[in-house]
Amino acid sequence: MKDEPIDSVGVLLSVLILVAVLHRQIGHLLADPRLQTWLTVFVSVMVQAVPFLVFGVVLSAVIAVFVPRSFWARALPRHPALAVPVAGVAGVVLPGCECGSVPIAGSLIRRGVTPAAALTFLLAAPAINPIVLTATAVAFPKNPEMVAARGGASLAVAVLMGWLWLRLGHAEWIRLPHRPHLDGLPRMEAFWSACRHDVFHAGGFLVLGAMAAATINVAVPQSFLHHLAGQPALSVLALATLAVLLSICSEADAFVAASLSQFSLTARLAFLVVGPMVDLKLISMQTGIFGRRFAARFAPATFALAVLVAAALGTVIW
Amino acid sequence: MNRQAQAVVMLLFGGAILRASWTDVYLRYVKHGLRPFLIAAGLLLVAAAVMALRDELRDRPADPSERDDDGHRHGHSGPKLGWLLVLPALGLLMIAPPALGADTVARTGSMLNGTKEIAYSPLPPGDPAKLTLLEFGYRAVYDSGRTLRDRQIQLTGFIATGPDGQPMLARIILACCAADGVPIKIGLRGDVPRLPPDTWVQVQGRWVAHTAKDPVNESDIPYLEVDTWQRIRPPAEQYE
Repeated sequence: MKDEPIDSVGVLLSVLILVAVLHRQIGHLLADPRLQTWLTVFVSVMVQAVPFLVFGVVLSAVIAVFVPRSFWARALPRHPALAVPVAGVAGVVLPGCECGSVPIAGSLIRRGVTPAAALTFLLAAPAINPIVLTATAVAFPKNPEMVAARGGASLAVAVLMGWLWLRLGHAEWIRLPHRPHLDGLPRMEAFWSACRHDVFHAGGFLVLGAMAAATINVAVPQSFLHHLAGQPALSVLALATLAVLLSICSEADAFVAASLSQFSLTARLAFLVVGPMVDLKLISMQTGIFGRRFAARFAPATFALAVLVAAALGTVIW
Repeated sequence: MNRQAQAVVMLLFGGAILRASWTDVYLRYVKHGLRPFLIAAGLLLVAAAVMALRDELRDRPADPSERDDDGHRHGHSGPKLGWLLVLPALGLLMIAPPALGADTVARTGSMLNGTKEIAYSPLPPGDPAKLTLLEFGYRAVYDSGRTLRDRQIQLTGFIATGPDGQPMLARIILACCAADGVPIKIGLRGDVPRLPPDTWVQVQGRWVAHTAKDPVNESDIPYLEVDTWQRIRPPAEQYE
């Protein structure tokens, strides 16, 4: 520990002991009902995300360690413009939450998959998979067309973003964090090392995103939304923004959208298309895995495209 | 963050998840069905921590220049942010905040909005008929209480303060986790239990043809005329 100014584990243990001794007093400090609600929402976003985070991290470590580079060259079409839709459809098959797909996409890029295809996968996997579409069907029993609209709009946005990246994207925007060289290590050691690396890169940012989502959940008055519902164009933007701020898991957002019934179906479609692709915890995790320059461009572009596609499709259908 | 610190944090976080899913604490935050996945994720985190500690102990006497995965040398904020994972772990182990309750009810609009015309099948036999708040609400609002007439009904929920300052019965509906919790609110008349918010009660009574509007989102709040009530302990699964 020569280059460590203070022994971090020692500090951590002291903090833990302090918290254990003072946990009554801390409990009294947190007695305010609104603070309690904040804590409950924060902890529950984390608890809900953990299985998906761990699943994504393990899968990305498997990609990094056990799947040879040559596999991706064979599995995906050589031309990047064709690889993008294939990656989009591959996202449909893999049931996952957005928290898991960020490290997986990072791992794919490391293994030589063209970034455009990996990013399409990143957007498609949480938005259109059997679990999410089933949940949407259950939540909108009277509007079965919502399932097709959600699936179609999300796939379109994912593929268009991939092609957009091919035309306008710059590889140097993506800065994957330094990861120890896995090649020389025994396989199992490399596997655990890759897992650990991703847990901390993605997990730390997930905590930040969960805190932001809990704050929005507690701080934004719902009656404010109610006033926006009456204005068609504004309501689409309002629900798209709400999807970003609330950061609800893609498997649950259909139920929330269904409960926002004072809003038009188009506005709710925008909520469902934007949510799994751009939200606070995703932006935070993308910053952690791909770097700040990437996230600052990718997230707003995805948001704009998702709102446009959802609004256009909604106007055609309803 | 070095490997040693990462191992301790993963052990703490994985341990917190395991403890919460071993007891009923996880039910305050997520649905029952997530439990096996939580246990698997907790075990994997603990396993990753144990492997890291093992490598750490084995490599200790070795050449220190080999330690290249500690992140902070390369100026990345990622691994430093990894310390934040201590927070949910401490939150779960030390505080374990309660399930959503009256505070959420006060700020969020009730579930029963929109007009639907649904013909529900008759209530199950039994006196009183035990219904969830949601089922009572659906039958009262979407079917004009047709199937509720002339029946004794038992509901279980917690006390929350209504828009008029009077106690109501409420429960939170979860789709996935507490971040998507939406309340269902039932107004009370008759022998109204005057108890502090978040107290759990079992009430028995009859449906009355009266609805109020929730000022938060203009949804409907159906009413129950309470005949008897009793205080109960909060159930393990507080969400509907």
